[in-house]
Amino acid sequence: MNALSWGAVEPQLPILLVVIPLLGALLTTFLRNSFMAWLVATVVAFTLPFISIHLLVSVLETGQPIVYKIGNWEAPFGIVYRVDQLSGYVLSVIAIIGAVIMPFARRSVAAEIEERARSWYYTMYLLCLAGLLGIVITGDAFNAFVFLEISSLATYVLIALGKNRRALLAAYQYLIMGTIGATLYVIGVGLLYVVTGTLNFDDLASRLSAAIIDPGQRNAVVTALGFIVVGLSLKLALFPMHMWLPNAYAYAPSFATAFLAGTATKAAIYLLVRVVFSVFGVGMTLENLPIGEVVIVLSIAAMFLASISAVFETNAKRMLAYSSVAQIGYITLGIAIANQAGMTGSLAHIANHAIMKTALFLALGAVFYRVGSVLYSDISGIGRKMPLTMAAFAVAGLGLMGTPGTAGFISKWYLAVAAIDDGMYSVVFLIVASSLISVVYIGRITEVVWFREPSKAAAKAKEAPLSMLIPLWLLVGATIYLGFDTRATVGTASEAAKMLLEGVQ
Amino acid sequence: MRLDLILRVGAKLVLPFILLFALYVQFHGDYGPGGGFQAGVISAGMVILYAIIFGVHAAKRIAPPIMVEMMVPLGVAIFTGTGVASLLMGNNFLDYTGFAHDYLHAHEWGILIVEIGVLVTVCGTMVAMFYAFVQRGRS
Repeated sequence: MNALSWGAVEPQLPILLVVIPLLGALLTTFLRNSFMAWLVATVVAFTLPFISIHLLVSVLETGQPIVYKIGNWEAPFGIVYRVDQLSGYVLSVIAIIGAVIMPFARRSVAAEIEERARSWYYTMYLLCLAGLLGIVITGDAFNAFVFLEISSLATYVLIALGKNRRALLAAYQYLIMGTIGATLYVIGVGLLYVVTGTLNFDDLASRLSAAIIDPGQRNAVVTALGFIVVGLSLKLALFPMHMWLPNAYAYAPSFATAFLAGTATKAAIYLLVRVVFSVFGVGMTLENLPIGEVVIVLSIAAMFLASISAVFETNAKRMLAYSSVAQIGYITLGIAIANQAGMTGSLAHIANHAIMKTALFLALGAVFYRVGSVLYSDISGIGRKMPLTMAAFAVAGLGLMGTPGTAGFISKWYLAVAAIDDGMYSVVFLIVASSLISVVYIGRITEVVWFREPSKAAAKAKEAPLSMLIPLWLLVGATIYLGFDTRATVGTASEAAKMLLEGVQ
Repeated sequence: MRLDLILRVGAKLVLPFILLFALYVQFHGDYGPGGGFQAGVISAGMVILYAIIFGVHAAKRIAPPIMVEMMVPLGVAIFTGTGVASLLMGNNFLDYTGFAHDYLHAHEWGILIVEIGVLVTVCGTMVAMFYAFVQRGRS
């Protein structure tokens, strides 16, 4: 009778986080009307941050994870959803990004997607959101794979519907790479299942310590780890497995790019951290095997090579996509260093990068809406016509460089501290040096949009509509705010880092 | 054109049994191999056989594309709806305990409904894929 009272609803919040977007997706398929679909998607997307933040706050208050048993089956037998400091934090990042961009979606999707595909587009968006949240909230290795596939399949559609015909090829490329990544992950999970007979993350962790000592099973466990790390690295676009990302981001519709840049790779990073730290334990992965060293080298390569690619790019969306690969390098660098400051910096950068990169892509989406192109030759001088949009772009760009006073500085500061703590002084130098490259590529586009004569296309452009400016400036405001008040990002991230590093020692 | 008389009559004889077998697989899924996925594929196979023998236009009369398209989300809605119903009864998601007085009966009912959802979605998806393939290059 009183199933709808708060006392009855509160314990159900973890499942609602996945069920609400799923129901929303179903509703949009039956409505078949682009405006109604947008409305449903917006309402759904705005309920999710409240749920995820509520879950995160209660986890931080009690210090205990929230466990939800699906079908009321006990943990190793049934699937559980598990919200702890780390997953609550990543859930909140994904849910907030997913909500903030919704006002932007209506005009942008209306301009870039043909009418009959529009309501399906919101269906795919909600499915993708449900999948990403599911990856983060689940406490089951195979369930995570299922959600990985749900989000990926939806992502391929989101990308393929881009106006440029190359979007199809980009989506196909991503489909192949993403499927290989997911296959490698599931092979690894399968090996773990053979060795331990369980799929629950907690249960796996407790049984693996025995399996590692057994010489007959050790090789299987090590192989499983290799498969999972490589598979997820493909998904999170760790250099040199990032080849799918620049085209996918460049040719996807603006709305999809803004959403995916902030969330999709972050969910894969979360899963990697979850498996490497909570399941295998860092003692095994990062000390007995050279995975840590390999990831540090690849991260640094990403920071430099992808940044250099960004410098020479002439398509603004591709430029930002390469920059994403570089920024993912910063995140994986801190994870690979694996000390308190490094984890804190990396996890904080998950939120900071999501906010800054989504803001940058929203700004470009607004430009695309007015100009119809994001090539440097077409958007030169656009700053004079769309000053508010490009000012937001400039501020978010400053954040991306790591300028003091912005969110980007905070995470890079922690990464540098982590490198010093571990005595890797050369890495500190490399972090600063690669940041200087980002000054070059952000500087280059700033020069193009502000100091050149407006191109023919740009001369006719007007300032972006308010529905696009508000989400953009909200995110830019967050970039600056999180550069001063770091309780939300660094505070939560350090709790999560403490929890992760305690678990393995 | 008339040469396929044996095929036509034979297909007409076989079609109801295919559907019957699909339903057998569906409801026997509790006790033996089978379940919604297999039953969905078999029942979609019936539509596909009908389309091959009598033509796609005839098949679209018995299974209109709009209905097929709606079956895909409908099945998911049945599945999710089962979970939501259990939520509304005050249990966890997909905890069927509230569906009947007896625990085992309740779970049997729950799984049955969920499997029907699977049948609807799988059947719809298979037929939709078949329609998409045979339409290529025609429209």
